[in-house]
Amino acid sequence: MIIKILKNFSRFLFLVAIQVLVLNHIQWSGYFNPYVYVLFILLLPMETPRWLLLVLGLIIGLTIDMFGNTSGMHAAASVFVAFARPGILRLIAPRDGYEAETSLTPQVMGINWFITYVSILVLLHHLVYFYVEVFRFSEFWITLLKAVFNSAITVIIILLGQYLFGRSSKRNERIIG
Amino acid sequence: MRTLFLFLWKYNFFIFFLVLEAFSGYLIVQNNNFQRASFINSTNTVAAEVNTMVSAVTEYINLRAANDALSRQNAALRTLVRDVYYIDSALKQQVVDTVFQQQYTFVTAKVVNNSVNRRNNYLTLNKGSLQGIHSEMGVTSAEGIVGIVKDVSEHYCSVMSFLHKDMKVSARFLRNGYYGSMVWDGFDPVHGSFLEIAKHVKVNIGDTIVTTSFSDMFPEGVMVGTVDKVDPNSGDNFQVIKVKLSTNFSNVSYVYIVDDLHKKEKQALEATQQNDH
Repeated sequence: MIIKILKNFSRFLFLVAIQVLVLNHIQWSGYFNPYVYVLFILLLPMETPRWLLLVLGLIIGLTIDMFGNTSGMHAAASVFVAFARPGILRLIAPRDGYEAETSLTPQVMGINWFITYVSILVLLHHLVYFYVEVFRFSEFWITLLKAVFNSAITVIIILLGQYLFGRSSKRNERIIG
Repeated sequence: MRTLFLFLWKYNFFIFFLVLEAFSGYLIVQNNNFQRASFINSTNTVAAEVNTMVSAVTEYINLRAANDALSRQNAALRTLVRDVYYIDSALKQQVVDTVFQQQYTFVTAKVVNNSVNRRNNYLTLNKGSLQGIHSEMGVTSAEGIVGIVKDVSEHYCSVMSFLHKDMKVSARFLRNGYYGSMVWDGFDPVHGSFLEIAKHVKVNIGDTIVTTSFSDMFPEGVMVGTVDKVDPNSGDNFQVIKVKLSTNFSNVSYVYIVDDLHKKEKQALEATQQNDH
């Protein structure tokens, strides 16, 4: 339990640092702004109570907002992702359901399942964020393009990250499991 | 009453979600309101400290360009120093003091955080209320306009960049004085659009656009950009003019915060007109 909390807390710090110190500073055309921090909400343990999901979504959203002067926009998007997560998990559940206290990583759940899971929620997050950011319908298509393009980049970064940092946990899972 | 509680309990997740979204929405709307200061912004201590550290590193990358711009501006300012001029008559010396009253003062500031890649961009500067900065002051760089001060803390202020969807700057052609509005239409941090120029006005590529005296934020005649592309035959009543912005927002590192000493007087006078509507 304590280990899980510490692990998620350090993941929180790491993702916020990556987002705020590196990704927010990549200024390559107006199209490129992936928001990888949303991975924190996706990787929270299966047994996290739903209200806690929402609270954690709000906290990480406000933290990102604080550094980017986006006041509330990331909070709105990540609270929405936290809200959608249980429903999406039910929607794409494996045939025989989830094991109790399973961890939602590609090593445990399989790469296909993981890509589906991450893509849906990242796309939802980016759609909410970019439409809230623009807040007008006159730029509907260009915003849609932006959201889809950046979701793809975010998913690619997340997958690369999982294979860079996720390997050691694979061995541990095997030993534990 | 009991059914109400049962209802709330049954849908607690959804209701809690709505409450948090409403809270986020409140933050967004309250942040859009220019007059009120928002509290989730990058002028608070932790975020500002981190941004200062990042800027301390990235500063070196822009050092050469910043030095160039500053030395060019130094040269321009040198020519304005009183020692450079030979005072040819005592009379003129007296006239200068009575005719010219200083209207603007400038505070230099360093950019500690900046973005150009979003639809709504902001800068954070290392000057705040202790240095006399307050919201709605204009910000310019050596090259041209930068933005408008939005939130202020003791040592920092956040600036709504020109690269923002709500930004509209009154501007005119330097050559013939026709005026319109400069806006940024997103994506490309190098170009803006000059709106409301009627079809009969002849516009050349390379025409200079500067600020007008209409706004309370910028002094008159601050450079905005030069015309890059003109389409006089668009379907609209006005011409479509693409402007290359003179400020390079991707590497702006030192800026000036403009204080208009006549602003209160001007606004008070204009407030009396608004009662007529």
